[in-house]
Amino acid sequence: MTATGQRKENMNTIRLIIVAVGGQGNLLASKVLGEAALLAGVPVRMSEIHGMAQRGGVVESAIVMGQARSNLISDGEADILLGFEPSETLRALNKCNPDTVVITNMAPLPPFTVAIGKGTYPDLNQLQTLIRSKTQRLIAFDAVALAKQAGNVMALNMVLLGALLQTRQLPITPEQLKEAIRTKTKANLADVNLKAFDLGYAAGQDA
Amino acid sequence: MHKLLADEPGAKILMLGNEAIARGAVEAGVAFATTYPGTPSSEISLNLFQISQQSDLYFEYSTNEKVALEVAAGAANAGVRTMCMMKHVGMNVAADPLMTLAYVGVKGGLVILTADDPNMFSSQNEQDNRYYAKMSGLPMLEPSSVAEALEMVRHAFDLSEELREPVILRTTTRINHSSAFVELGTLGQRTTSGVFKKDPLSYVTVPAVSRKLHVKLLENLAKAARISETTPFNHVSGSGTWGVVCNGVSHNYISDAVQELGIADRVRILRIGMSNPLPADLIKAFLKECDKVLVVEEGEPFMEEAVKALAQEAALTLPIHGKGEDLFSRLYEFDPAMVRRVLAAYFSVAYTPPAKIDLADIPEIPARPPNLCAGCSHRATYYAVKKAAKGMDTIYATDIGCYTLGFLPPLSMGDFVICMGSSVSSACGFSRATDQKVVAFIGDSTFFHSGITGLINAVHNNHNFTLVILDNGITAMTGHQPHPGVDMAAMQMEGYHRVSIEAVVRALGVGHITLVKPFKVKKSITAIEEALAYKGVSVIISQEICTLYARSLKMPRQRPFQVSERCKNHRDCINELGCPAFYLDANRVRIDANACVGCAVCAQVCPENAIVRVKE
Repeated sequence: MTATGQRKENMNTIRLIIVAVGGQGNLLASKVLGEAALLAGVPVRMSEIHGMAQRGGVVESAIVMGQARSNLISDGEADILLGFEPSETLRALNKCNPDTVVITNMAPLPPFTVAIGKGTYPDLNQLQTLIRSKTQRLIAFDAVALAKQAGNVMALNMVLLGALLQTRQLPITPEQLKEAIRTKTKANLADVNLKAFDLGYAAGQDA
Repeated sequence: MHKLLADEPGAKILMLGNEAIARGAVEAGVAFATTYPGTPSSEISLNLFQISQQSDLYFEYSTNEKVALEVAAGAANAGVRTMCMMKHVGMNVAADPLMTLAYVGVKGGLVILTADDPNMFSSQNEQDNRYYAKMSGLPMLEPSSVAEALEMVRHAFDLSEELREPVILRTTTRINHSSAFVELGTLGQRTTSGVFKKDPLSYVTVPAVSRKLHVKLLENLAKAARISETTPFNHVSGSGTWGVVCNGVSHNYISDAVQELGIADRVRILRIGMSNPLPADLIKAFLKECDKVLVVEEGEPFMEEAVKALAQEAALTLPIHGKGEDLFSRLYEFDPAMVRRVLAAYFSVAYTPPAKIDLADIPEIPARPPNLCAGCSHRATYYAVKKAAKGMDTIYATDIGCYTLGFLPPLSMGDFVICMGSSVSSACGFSRATDQKVVAFIGDSTFFHSGITGLINAVHNNHNFTLVILDNGITAMTGHQPHPGVDMAAMQMEGYHRVSIEAVVRALGVGHITLVKPFKVKKSITAIEEALAYKGVSVIISQEICTLYARSLKMPRQRPFQVSERCKNHRDCINELGCPAFYLDANRVRIDANACVGCAVCAQVCPENAIVRVKE
C-alpha cells in the first residue's frame, strides 16, 4: 500500500472558518476576503450556512484558499477560526485541531435564553484558557470597542479582518485587503472600515 | 445596472452559486422565468426578479410551484426560452404537470431547477430529486462547482431545444450557497415573444394522444442517452484500477482526497454531470478498467443501483459499493474528511486522520435557536390564541413559514406540520377524528400557495376548526418576496392586482370570519374566543405587517418601550411572550431600546402596567 498521505502535504490550502451571529457582518467579511484573494491571485471558494440569520441564528462561513476543490471544512480541519462572538468561537472549537490559530472578539452577545436568565453564558476567562490550551494560538480582544473607536460598531468585521491579516496565515497582504475594503464596502464607510482594519491589525500584534 | 447584466465577457466576478445560475440563464437568453420562493433556491429568482425590472425579461412569482411550472410550460411551448425554479419539495407540488409535460415536450428551451437540501438546513426533508428525472424520463444535469453551474444552465437550454424536452438542473445547498470567482460569458439575446401553433394531437393529452406521446418521450430519452455517452459533463480522469463514480460536490471531496492520500495514480474517477439518463456504455467501459468501485453520492443510492445493474448486464463481478455500514450514509451531507476516511478504508490505504482536540471539558454552551423577531406580529397572535384557548384540549396544526418557530417555548404553538398547506387539511382530519379543539395556523403566502383548496374542503365537508391566517403582507421566511395578496405599490411596482384574503375566504362560504389586529391584545383574544366557540369552520385573519419588511420599506418606527419602577417582577413578559428585546439586568427585566419596535404587546400583557413607552 502506498503512502500515509496527510492533508498537510497540500501546503497550498488554507482553511478558514468564520462564525458569527446573524447581523454581525461576517458575510461582508467573507466577500472582502474573497476579493482580496483575487487581487493576490489565490484561488478561493466559500460556502455559507445562513438559514435564519435575520432571526438571531448562527452564521457560519467556510473559506478555502489554494488548490483544493472542496468548499466545506470538516471537523478538526480549520487552520484558522475567526469568531465574531466568544461563545460562538467556543462552540466552533470542534472545527479546530492543535495547530489551529484562533482569533476571537471577546464582547459577548448573549443568546436570548441567557439574556432572560434561562441559560448560563460561559465564563470568559475559562473560555480563553480552554481555547488557548487546546490550540496553537489564541488572539482575543474586544473588537466591538475598537469598531466603536473607528467610528461605527458595524465595522466589527473589519477589525477582525485586521487581526486575521496580522497573523500572516493567509497568502494575502494587508494592502490587498485594504484595496478590497476600498472597492467592495460602502464608499461612505470606507474610511471607518480602513481605520477599523488598522486598529484590528495592531490589536492582533498586542494580543 | 444589475451586476449580473454586466456585458464584460472574460471578467471574473465573485458570485454566489445562485447568482451564477441566474447569470447562466441570462447568457442563454432566458426570456421568461417563474418560481415559488424556497431556500436554497431563492436568490436565483430574486436576481431574475431584479433583472426583469431593468430589462425585457418576464419574471413572475407564481402562486405555487405547480402553477409556476404550468405557466412556464405555456411560455416554452410558445417558443420562448423559459426557466422555472423551486426548492426540492416544490417539485412535489409541481410533479403533476412535470410528468405529463415530459410527454408533451417543449418548443423553446425550458430549464427546471430543483435545489435539493441534504442535511435539511432549511427544509422539512432531504428527498433526493434525481428520482424525478428517472420517473419523468427527463434529462438531468448536476454541477460540481459554482462555475460549472453557470456553464450547465447555459448548456441546459441548448439541450432542451435539441431534445425538445424540459431539462432538470439539480443543485444542492453547497452549490447554491457557495461563492467563487466565475468568468462571465457573452450576454444572450432574448426572444420575448413567440407563437403557439395549434396541434391538438400533440398537445391535448387525451389517452389516444398520450399513447403516442409516451413513445415519443422514450425516443427522446434514447436520444438523451446517446448524448449522455459523449457529453463532457460525464468525464473520466485518472488511470488506476480503483474506480470511483461520483457526482455534484462529492467530486470535489474525492478530487482532494486522492491527492491528500497520495493515491492519484491508482484511482480512476468517473464524474457524472448528466445523471439522467446515465451513460450506460461509458459506465460499463469504466467498470472493465477497474478492480473495485466505490460510488460516492449524497442522498440515495441512485447511481450505485444503476452501476450495479450495468455491471450485471456486462457480466462483471467486481465489488461495487456505496451506501452501507462503514461506507456512506443516506443521511445528511458529506464532508471532505468523511469522504477521505471512507475512500481510504474501502481501498485499504493506510491513513491516520489529523489529530483532533479533546472537547470533553468544554462547558455547555447555551443554544442560539432562531427566534421570532422582536415585534413579530406572529408572537402577538399566538399569545392571543393561547389565552383564548386556555383550558381547552387543543391541537395546533401549523404550516411552513417563519411562524413555524412559534412551536418553540415559551409560545409552544405548533403540534403538527408536514408540508405547505397541510395546516388546513390536516385540521380537517384532526377535528373529525378527535374531540380535541383544533386550531390551524397558516401564513398569507402559504394560504395562497395551497391553503385555499384545504379550506374549500373544510367548508364543503362541514369540518369543525378555527383557521388563523397570519397575514403579515409578504413572503417573509424566504426574504420578502411578493405573493398575490401583497401591496405591490408599496414596492413601487405597477401592473399587478391585489387579491384580498378576506374576499377569498368570504367567497368560499366560511360561516364565521373575523379580522383582528394582533397588537390589540384584548380585542384579539375576545374575537378568537368567539371564533373558537363557533361550530363549523371559522377563520381569523390576523393582519399586521412583518416587522423586518416594514423596516425595509422604511416605514416610520414607533417609539420603544421601557420597564418602569412599577415592575413587580412577575415576568409574564418573558415567560409568556419571550420577545428577544427583553433582557435581565441585576435580576430586573429590561428592554433593549434598539431591538424594541414599539408594538406595545408586552405593555398590554404586564399585570402591573409597568411597561411604558419611552418619552420623546
